[in-house]
Amino acid sequence: MTDVTAPPAGRRRQPPVKTPLEERPIRDVEAPLSSPSATTGLLEVFRRHYLLRLLVRREISARYQGSFLGLLWSYINPLSQFVIYYFVMGVIFGLHQGVENFAIHMFCGIVIVHFFNETFSAGTRSIVRNKSLVQKMAMPREMFPVASMLVSAYHLIPELVILVIVGALLGWTPTMAGMAAMVASLVICMVLGTGLALMFATANVFFRDVGNFVSIITNFVRFGVPMMYPYTMVQDRFGEFAELYLWNPISVAVLLFQEAFWVGTTKDPAATAASNLPADLWSYTAIGILMSLVVLAIGQLVFSRTENRIPERL
Amino acid sequence: MTRPASIVVDHATKNFTLRYHRTFKQMAMAAIKRQDISDEFKAVDDVSFTIQQGESVGLMGLNGSGKSTLLKLINGIMKPESGTVQTRGRIAGLIATGAGFHQQLTGRENIYLNAAVLGMTESETRRKFDDIVEFADVGRHLDSPVGHYSSGMFSRLGFAVAIHVDSDIFLADEVLAVGDKPFKQKCMQKMAEIRDGGRTLVYVSHAAASVRKMCDRVIVLESGKVGFDGDVEEGIRYVRYEADEDQEELENEDEELGADI
Ligand SMILES: Nc1ncnc2c1ncn2[C@@H]1O[C@H](COP(=O)(O)OP(=O)(O)O)[C@@H](O)[C@H]1O
Ligand SMILES: [Mg+2]
Repeated sequence: MTDVTAPPAGRRRQPPVKTPLEERPIRDVEAPLSSPSATTGLLEVFRRHYLLRLLVRREISARYQGSFLGLLWSYINPLSQFVIYYFVMGVIFGLHQGVENFAIHMFCGIVIVHFFNETFSAGTRSIVRNKSLVQKMAMPREMFPVASMLVSAYHLIPELVILVIVGALLGWTPTMAGMAAMVASLVICMVLGTGLALMFATANVFFRDVGNFVSIITNFVRFGVPMMYPYTMVQDRFGEFAELYLWNPISVAVLLFQEAFWVGTTKDPAATAASNLPADLWSYTAIGILMSLVVLAIGQLVFSRTENRIPERL
Repeated sequence: MTRPASIVVDHATKNFTLRYHRTFKQMAMAAIKRQDISDEFKAVDDVSFTIQQGESVGLMGLNGSGKSTLLKLINGIMKPESGTVQTRGRIAGLIATGAGFHQQLTGRENIYLNAAVLGMTESETRRKFDDIVEFADVGRHLDSPVGHYSSGMFSRLGFAVAIHVDSDIFLADEVLAVGDKPFKQKCMQKMAEIRDGGRTLVYVSHAAASVRKMCDRVIVLESGKVGFDGDVEEGIRYVRYEADEDQEELENEDEELGADI
């Protein structure tokens, strides 16, 4: 009864004493007044490498989550592609006649194309896939395409292991020039793939169709590089127009990778290189790297221009 | 004694687009019928204010008045189309109820990821990990995916991480909306600690009692504009007048902490 008759104020719990503003300590904040959204861009991504590492690890564990075979899929996928292409192109169409160790020739292509396509397509979708983070937290959003690229790079490791082991069995030995070619090849894929992913990632937020469009492009890549057929065939059919073919940085990357891992497995590596690789491969490599860097710069520009609208459109 | 500015919002405006039409087919139909394809509106409309370091500000207003959007501008998730927003120091907090968690990741993994996004280092997170877990009080669910959490647990975990960041500015957007009573009290106490430690606090709430307890100043948003900026009691009265719900609230102030929707 007393409860009911007591005035509401009397029932109230004693509020905690609020320190008046004047008596609160002044926190010593060294940072200057600045725009809270200013710190973005690719450089910022690498400055926050701890966060990047966590995102990469997360992505790796999430990609095969709930699947029974788990990481094994990253072996199964390229291997199944390999088997299909080998039978269709090699056995049925006979495209590998006259090419020594065609299996390795082709596997080099598969590794590079797979790496580039994964970087490109997973990177394009990365913003949408991480929307719960993008909507709620302030961070450099370039982080997501870059993390996708690193995840794809992680999946390169088992493929490289296969290549090295099989190559070594066939008499391949590492050379300086070969390693340089491998590095150049991977750099092209990383830079070009990330650049294109940045270019398309925002568009994919506005129209999810972009992801499908990117799938089509990646299909073209498969046929536009000397993977299922040797480069000599391109030279034979197109003559001087083969030069145009080499303006595609991914073709160059595949050729470089073949120089690194395939040429060394043949009986006469010098002769193979002379007959199967373009003479001025390294000039095209320089052009390819330059083009990739330009694409990356454009990608960053496009991304910075459009990313403001990302959180509200997700 | 003058305090340095902590948050300076200067004529900030944020537009959103209401999209009526999405697919190509719909766009084509709209073009044929000459309908408007998009319609912009200002969610935050020419807002200006300065908050000093250490101030505790209650941000009030009806649903859809632009409170969360304003916090997103302050936090840096969004940029204003015109005007500027400037802040000093590290920012942490919860915006639009619920942290940026990954549904498939476990509570533990999300703590690390969330803390990293908020700028904590690995060793810092490790050091504070037990405190965070204790505060979140999710028990055995720590190692199950947060997608399976109840909404209360979800926001508890988010709040626990945010509150343990050594930030200079803390933003709390309707944090108490989904928690249960013991948790609400814990949160209020923690936020009072933050405030008394000299950190800047921006607190969004509909509950007058909690705003009265927490804040030195109230800013009221009305359709994206600043409707009121000043004393707490006046601000609360202003909101009530606008919201026309004074009767109810006067009657059970004690319950108000619970009625923080
Ligand atoms: N991403 C978005 N796209 C379009 N409109 C939005 C978006 N986010 C919020 N709005 C609109 O902006 C207005 C303000 O929203 P919000 O800031 O969430 O309000 P509050 O937090 O005060 O309830 C609302 O009318 C809301 O519908
Ligand atoms: Mg809100």
